[in-house]
Amino acid sequence: MPAGAEPDAAADRLTVIAPGLAARNYWRDLWHYRELFAILAWRDVTVRYKQTVVGVLWALVRPLLTMIVFTVVFGRLAGLPSDGGVPYPVMVMAGMLPWFLFSTILGSASNSIVSNGNLISKVYFPRLIVPLSACAVALVDSAITFVLLVGLMLSYGVAPDWRIVFLPGFVLLAVLASVGPALILTALNIRYRDFGFIVPFIIQFGMYVSPVGFSSAVVPEEWRLLYSINPVVGVIDGFRWSLLGGDTAIHWPGFALGCLLVLALLWAGIRTFRATERTFADLI
Amino acid sequence: MAGDVVIRAEGLGKKYLIGHQTEARATTLREALGRSARGLARSAGAMMKGRPLVAGDAVEEFWALKDVSFEVKRGEVVGVIGRNGAGKSTLLKILSRITEPTEGRVAIKGRVASLLEVGTGFHPELTGRENIFLNGAILGMTRAEIRRKFDEIVDFAGIEKFLDTPVKRYSSGMYVRLAFAVAAHLEPEILIVDEVLAVGDAEFQKKCLGKMQDVAGHGRTVLFVSHNMAAIDGLCDRAIILTLGKIRYIGSKTKAIELLRSDVDEKSIKLSSSRIRRAEVQSVVGETPIMGGDFRIWVELTDVDEPHLGFQFRRRWDQMPVFGFNTEMIGYKAPSNEPRAVIFEVSRTPLLAGEYSVDISLRSNGDLVEKIDSAILFEIIESDVYGTGRIPFAHSGSIFPTISVVSE
Repeated sequence: MPAGAEPDAAADRLTVIAPGLAARNYWRDLWHYRELFAILAWRDVTVRYKQTVVGVLWALVRPLLTMIVFTVVFGRLAGLPSDGGVPYPVMVMAGMLPWFLFSTILGSASNSIVSNGNLISKVYFPRLIVPLSACAVALVDSAITFVLLVGLMLSYGVAPDWRIVFLPGFVLLAVLASVGPALILTALNIRYRDFGFIVPFIIQFGMYVSPVGFSSAVVPEEWRLLYSINPVVGVIDGFRWSLLGGDTAIHWPGFALGCLLVLALLWAGIRTFRATERTFADLI
Repeated sequence: MAGDVVIRAEGLGKKYLIGHQTEARATTLREALGRSARGLARSAGAMMKGRPLVAGDAVEEFWALKDVSFEVKRGEVVGVIGRNGAGKSTLLKILSRITEPTEGRVAIKGRVASLLEVGTGFHPELTGRENIFLNGAILGMTRAEIRRKFDEIVDFAGIEKFLDTPVKRYSSGMYVRLAFAVAAHLEPEILIVDEVLAVGDAEFQKKCLGKMQDVAGHGRTVLFVSHNMAAIDGLCDRAIILTLGKIRYIGSKTKAIELLRSDVDEKSIKLSSSRIRRAEVQSVVGETPIMGGDFRIWVELTDVDEPHLGFQFRRRWDQMPVFGFNTEMIGYKAPSNEPRAVIFEVSRTPLLAGEYSVDISLRSNGDLVEKIDSAILFEIIESDVYGTGRIPFAHSGSIFPTISVVSE
């Protein structure tokens, strides 16, 4: 089909469907469907907060209770030191902000394709939109936790300094760190439906191996680099560093390693997802 | 693309892999572990390469569509007809880009909207207004476009009063009307429609048909899949008949409908077997067996020493086994070396409506001498088996048992 065969050829969009072709125009297609992405994200957020009281309450109560438990267990009972002299509850809350962002994305994205199965089997669009739009809900949830953190900081008199300008960057890093593993889990979840049971376990386990309830500074210096293999470590450290000001510090070699791992996981996630995405409609 | 051709399909094929469990059950833990490890390794490999994953240790190919080529010109309304499992849905899914073809290619000129279902993506918690925007976006409309047509959509559906009510409180009629109203206001150059007209009340169906005629009348191209011969007859210019994944006929709708009607009689497949001459399923009453009715399996054997016949009934579409029996099981011993026709009768069949296939195996002196997969294809048609006017859903399984209420 020569492009110039017809004068009005430019006005008509020509779609060619052949094995493997969808993969070639992938990113252009993704851009083309950005409005659908926006509306799916809007739908997820609206449905989540439709029963406003429950939705908002849940987003408030969950981090608040976790913060209290962690402060009592790690701060009081275990007597762990806080990060750079910041009050323990504030430090915990600042770590919980990225952690809940991470875990919510992991949880909702990995389930998103299965729960949108009806859409997948009836309409075409780049499937990546579905897990990505699940991130929107997680971001809104985080905004609520953020309000909680601001309140806590005010009541403890903790003020951020100039480093706060880097916060958006760390939010982006947190999202990127979540999307990679989330996409791998999504792909696995479609093939092995019982994989859905493993995700909550991963999240629970991750909460204890990540420095949510304690400062990563309590990890002995020689183990810091190894500890940074968990990509969430760098993200949490970054949040505390930019939010809490004062003497909080980042372990830079570990942070760099964490960022590299985030990118590697992101690449692996997108690759796995795209490799399986073509068969989603056949599997659901 | 030359001339006015807007859809050109060339040699389309779609292969599915069906897994079978052929190996005998693992008897030791070691064996079981070894087997699952191999299975896991294969799945992991397939996943990384993006191949579909299949359960079972033997994989069989199944072509849902094969060598399908056709052209559709601008402004034409083409009906796609064929029985269940003929490949219609697969063709639609390929044209709507939901699934990729295994081979061949399609070139489509212009904006395509496909309607494989009404109300795709409707969310029960959202209001009518919100769902219009959601559904519109899913079907490919831009927000500006939806806003422009919003009033028209609401008017067509006749739900002004309930615009801000969550659709979970809608009656099913309102729900369908709203869903179709959104779809009807799509303005694609090419519209691909599955049997969405099978829903809603008669009056609304007429309205929908009218709307589709409008669409067709405006120089838009419509590809319309239906079982509804009347709709095909009323709407289409041409028709394509699919049979077993292949194009059987392309041409005038009148001829197509005629062909499809005569198709129903074609119940047996001529076998190229030397020992089993003919095999077919016949209804005891009427032309086609109905749910709960009786049917006969008719097998013509040539001279075979100590013949034993086995039958495996499967759902035609996914080859899911539904039941099987053999002559030993039912206590029948066919005489040796004597050509004859054996007729088995299956009474009050509990199979749901749909298409079935029968694999036949023949043993002689205990050795397997013949195995013909899908030797017979037959259809069971719907019947009001529970006497309530509600027919059990064909997708809910493959059988319908007798059910009664014993206590309230």
